Amino acid sequence: MADTATTERRTLWGFLTATRGRGRLHWTDVFTYLYLFLGVVLMFGPAVWLALSSFKTQSGLLEFPPTLLPLGQIEVEVEGYDEPLLLFDVTMEDGSVRQLAQIRRVGIVAQMVDPAEPDVRIDVPIDQRTATREFRVAVENYTDPLERFNFLTFLQNSVIVTVVATLVTLLINSMAAYALSIYEFRGRNAIMLLVIGTLMIPITVILVPVYLVVTELGLVNSLWAVILPGAATPTGVFLLRQYMLTIPRDLIEAARMDKASEWQIYWRVVMPLAMPAIAVLAIFSIMWRWNDFLWPLIVLNRSEVYTLQIGLNAFQGELNVQWHYVLAMTVVTLIPVVVVFAFLQRFITTGIASSGMK
Amino acid sequence: MTEILLKDVRKSYGTVEVIHGVNLDIHSGEFVVFVGPSGCGKSTLLRIIAGLEDVTEGDILIDGDVVNRITASERGLAMVFQSYALYPHMTVYKNMAFGLENAKLPKPEIEQRVTAAADMLQITPYLQRRPKALSGGQRQRVAIGRAIVRDPKAFLFDEPLSNLDAELRVTMRKELAALHKSIGGTMIYVTHDQIEAMTLADKIVVLQGGVVEQTGRPLDLYNTPQNMFVAGFIGSPRMNLIEATVEQDTLVAGPHRIGIPPVDGLVPGQEVTFGVRSEHLQITEADAADITVQVDFSEQLGGETYLYCSAEGMPQLTVHQIGQLPVEQGQALHLKLNRANLHLFDADGLTIANGIAA
Repeated sequence: MADTATTERRTLWGFLTATRGRGRLHWTDVFTYLYLFLGVVLMFGPAVWLALSSFKTQSGLLEFPPTLLPLGQIEVEVEGYDEPLLLFDVTMEDGSVRQLAQIRRVGIVAQMVDPAEPDVRIDVPIDQRTATREFRVAVENYTDPLERFNFLTFLQNSVIVTVVATLVTLLINSMAAYALSIYEFRGRNAIMLLVIGTLMIPITVILVPVYLVVTELGLVNSLWAVILPGAATPTGVFLLRQYMLTIPRDLIEAARMDKASEWQIYWRVVMPLAMPAIAVLAIFSIMWRWNDFLWPLIVLNRSEVYTLQIGLNAFQGELNVQWHYVLAMTVVTLIPVVVVFAFLQRFITTGIASSGMK
Repeated sequence: MTEILLKDVRKSYGTVEVIHGVNLDIHSGEFVVFVGPSGCGKSTLLRIIAGLEDVTEGDILIDGDVVNRITASERGLAMVFQSYALYPHMTVYKNMAFGLENAKLPKPEIEQRVTAAADMLQITPYLQRRPKALSGGQRQRVAIGRAIVRDPKAFLFDEPLSNLDAELRVTMRKELAALHKSIGGTMIYVTHDQIEAMTLADKIVVLQGGVVEQTGRPLDLYNTPQNMFVAGFIGSPRMNLIEATVEQDTLVAGPHRIGIPPVDGLVPGQEVTFGVRSEHLQITEADAADITVQVDFSEQLGGETYLYCSAEGMPQLTVHQIGQLPVEQGQALHLKLNRANLHLFDADGLTIANGIAA
């Protein structure tokens, strides 16, 4: 076992440090690694910064210059004081540096005390002191919204919307794709063009009419208002249709000779064979639905039907943005998408490649 | 037992007519082979019988009922496709059971039927495998098995052996013949290979350009072709066809003069084609010969010998001889034509005489 582990590590390392010339560094190697490094920083930088910042305290977030790691100022208990005091590194008049706790601040002067000698007060100009900090994780950013706010309800709503909408999307889109790929009828291509044509209409244009329809149906403030309007996607129909066109016609005809009804052909022959494309659409749909913001914001006005994204928005007041909660909950909302993607990403390449959609 | 009747069947794609009025009577339990070159409409005709294509005009009767408007799944026929069309996501067992499940048969009966068919075709060890894990011959058996378990009114085969290698094709051919003997159903078999047609058929239907050229028992077609196309198509190697002009009791082809007894309907000066099969050309002495040829090359197969010869004013002639024959390239041979096996065709390709009495 140990042997295989080392060889694997070596090959992985060999892969990561592969060069063009044998052993020597060609200029393209330098260029490639710079380029790739830049790409990694561009892609991962914001996500990493987000994750790190989500553990910062509210004051840590507003600090300037910003720090990369979540750091918190050390507080110490000093004899004779009820509250814990903040610890500072102070540069004394003789140039020596001492760690003092601040009692209070008056104008530009801070009254400080040495934790070792609680009786002696020292007055220090505030520009002579810097906060003494340590690495500290503010877990309350995560626990507070989950306990005090309805974030678990939001999470539940988001999961319901995502799962139900994805199932409905897969069903409707695959049925449309089946009709448009397996049956040959006059106007098939025209209908396909029409479906693809709807891709050109941005959601903002149809926002108001769709809202009116949803209102008339009395769906406002129910999760169905989020699920139904986007269930049939032209992208999904197109993707599935292109894939289904590659299923040999003989199979469909064989099923027909085997006395299969149209539903059985769809459900038992075409659907299993279209699995790679279905998986791709499922991933897309999950990501769309989970990250959807604008439409839920419009149709969901009561906090008990909020999805996560809308709940996040609630932290942004007109005057005050609770960045520490926003960042922490953003991380929470990212996790499912990342997990889904990590497990299903191999389908994306095969599915997209074989459906002719690039 | 099933009778299938085609009455003046026509098929058009748009304005292009591909089947020009086919009349055919397929008796119960008969093994009928549709044979013809690529694009002759034989597969289309089979698909029309199967119900996978609509007829443009004419009627198809199965056991006396017109089935034009009845779908493929309701006609009760089973089809074996050239590509086998096995469902790749199902095991062999599931593949064979699919049609029975669609027919809503009880589970024990499905199992009993599949097991019986698998035994007959010797595929029992592979029942739990996917088609991907089978060889070409095994897939072929599964495809046939899928047809057998249904206990259909008739079996339709669409070039089922053309994806197999030569050796396997011969084996499967024999098995198909044995299968027909043992289950005795009506079978319609499409092929472009006239050897398959000759060996399997009770009745051969020769098609060309969407028209039935001749229908009959294999040896009847071989011995008494109704026209030049059938004469050339049936039999391997091809019949030698030589253009000639008629003089008084003589066929003149280039410098060669072949004396014939008087034949009804032959007029001096008429342009005709005469045909003689390779085994009906005899090597004789110079004074008894009709024509003298030069050997271009020879194929020594051990048990038999094919000589390809050229003569002035004639196309290449194929001569078939039993046994081994010591001939050298360029050697002169004297050939005699068996008058009793000489076929005469008029300028339109229609037969004037099959065999001229001595």
